[in-house]
Amino acid sequence: MHATASNAATGADRADESARTAKDSRNDLLFGWALKACALLVLLALVGAAASTLWLGMDAFHTFGWGFLTSAAWDPSNDQYGALVPVMGTIGTALIALVVAVPISFGIALFLTEIAPQWLRGPVASAIELLAGIPSIIYGMWGLFIFAPFVAAHIKPWLMNQFSADPPDGKVSWLVQHVPGLARFFSSEYPFFGAGVLTAGLVLAVMIIPFISSVMREVFQTVPTRLKESAYALGSSTWEVVWDIVVPYTRTAVIGGVFLGLGRALGETMAVAFVLGNTFKFSWSMLETGSSIASTIANQFGEAQGLQRSALMALAFLLFVVTFIVLLIARLMLRRLATKEGR
Amino acid sequence: MFTRKLRIAALVAVSLFGMGAAQATDITGAGSSFVYPVLSKWSAKYSESTGNKINYQSVGSGAGIAQIKEGTIDFGASDAPMSSEDLTKFGLGQFPSVVGGIVPVVNLQGVKAGELKLTGPLLADIFLGKIARWNDPAIAAANPGLKLPDVKVTVVHRSDGSGTSFNFTNYLAKVSPEWASKVKFGTAVEWPAGVGGKGNEGVSQYVRQIPGSIGYVEYAYAKKNSIAFAQMQNAAGQWVQPSAESFGAAADTADWSSAKDFNVIMTNAPGAKAWPITATTWIIMYKKSKNPSHTKVAFDFFKYAFDKGQADAASLDYVALPTSLTQKIQAYWGSDFK
Repeated sequence: MHATASNAATGADRADESARTAKDSRNDLLFGWALKACALLVLLALVGAAASTLWLGMDAFHTFGWGFLTSAAWDPSNDQYGALVPVMGTIGTALIALVVAVPISFGIALFLTEIAPQWLRGPVASAIELLAGIPSIIYGMWGLFIFAPFVAAHIKPWLMNQFSADPPDGKVSWLVQHVPGLARFFSSEYPFFGAGVLTAGLVLAVMIIPFISSVMREVFQTVPTRLKESAYALGSSTWEVVWDIVVPYTRTAVIGGVFLGLGRALGETMAVAFVLGNTFKFSWSMLETGSSIASTIANQFGEAQGLQRSALMALAFLLFVVTFIVLLIARLMLRRLATKEGR
Repeated sequence: MFTRKLRIAALVAVSLFGMGAAQATDITGAGSSFVYPVLSKWSAKYSESTGNKINYQSVGSGAGIAQIKEGTIDFGASDAPMSSEDLTKFGLGQFPSVVGGIVPVVNLQGVKAGELKLTGPLLADIFLGKIARWNDPAIAAANPGLKLPDVKVTVVHRSDGSGTSFNFTNYLAKVSPEWASKVKFGTAVEWPAGVGGKGNEGVSQYVRQIPGSIGYVEYAYAKKNSIAFAQMQNAAGQWVQPSAESFGAAADTADWSSAKDFNVIMTNAPGAKAWPITATTWIIMYKKSKNPSHTKVAFDFFKYAFDKGQADAASLDYVALPTSLTQKIQAYWGSDFK
């Protein structure tokens, strides 16, 4: 009797247990699907956006073929379009932004994690994160009303005096006379006009510094204290600790942060539209006006029809391609670094 | 308990909203940004008196035309007229709404607003990049007595597609054969010279920053920001200053009667007092409406604007259409729209 009861109880327990296991495994499956759907949604949005820009840009790709990539024309009244100037402008401004922003962000992150006194770290870190929240139109207005006139008054004349073949002060510098090809990067049709590729790049740099520096700061903080302290104990200077311990430990994440900033710089629209000058003449000079993919779309989409609309869509697709290539290069760089280290 | 309360609240809200909708009609328009300030002022006044609301989205003429073709809005507004074939193809009609002027603005030391004189061909040559310096004999010939500095001419144009550019380039194409063959006209063109500023504010800011620059903006914008504009020689050979009067004269003397569907771009108008770069925005609607009650309200609104909107237009430096033209428009509504 007693035994039967206990048997029955075990049987009930077992049934209960197997029901729970079945329920659990079903829930696991559902949860797994839900997570998969979340991840797939991003992929779907990405592929959908790329495919729809390609689809709507087909007309332009068909009409101009590969010439679309190499042509510097942008002539809506004769329906002739080429992507060369916007693509070069996009890459040029983003590169200038990176060259300026990466060292500064590194300095900020280093200062905040290693050197700054404790009481200062919090406020400065929050201030940087606030910078990241400023809308890009504000940067555009600041660039147009304040920064571009400053560039025109101080930075551009100085650069042209040093490096251009046609300097405002009339004296062609020794460098320009002896380094062939240098002057072409610093020529300008409008010496007293502040907007241009360099100005846009500098405004972009200010915009992406918060992104890069806060990622760098976060990851620098993850370096185990005992690693750093061991190095200090061996007599390393702060710089040696940072360069030989912190940077190698966080390299992947740092490069990830840099490319996050680069992605933002490539796609930035409003700020660039105000300070780039928006011309479609091809030039190697960083002091010349130009245009970028995003600013061209923002400028012309509202009024565009027919082939022009299609050409703008094709440009949007090219922005996908450019971003993809940049990310690919980043991946390859990371992989090469990893093999070098023998990982 | 909570949900029941919520449900009741929702029910009450819906019924209130429904009652409101039964009394007043909301209609939607979209397109040109040129006409947006005056349209929103008119619609505010109009809804005060009738309760009907006009929602207008300033999204650009191209987008306005695209939306009316898809039938998602009750009227579109475009700075460039649609061709008669396109209108017929989509069953649309169009009529002008209000007049505004576009003025050349300059940054020349010692030259005040309205002092510099420019002829059409001269303006075209400047924008073609053929005149390099301000003391060029061609400019001096048009400006006896005005001392012009020896500085480089820098052209500033709009970088965004816009009705302002459309009318400005249309004028240059009318007065300069070279412009007409090389550059043509449109909301965006391949500019032979100069730099591009975004919007009226971008152009005026660039003009302020560059000594010796010349650009073009809407008159209201130049006036409000006190930027030096130039006077122009019109088609009748008279020198005119930009003003409500000269914009009105252009609208009055443009050849509306011979054009089908008001397809006249009124730049270079023939009147003796007409300002040569005068523009309008066309309202585009379905001739056979899918939603007759909305169309009725739209006509009522534009009739109100034509009859009573002059003062509001003038306060924003637009000019209401002359009566001769509004009568033609109302006759067109009667004959072409069902």
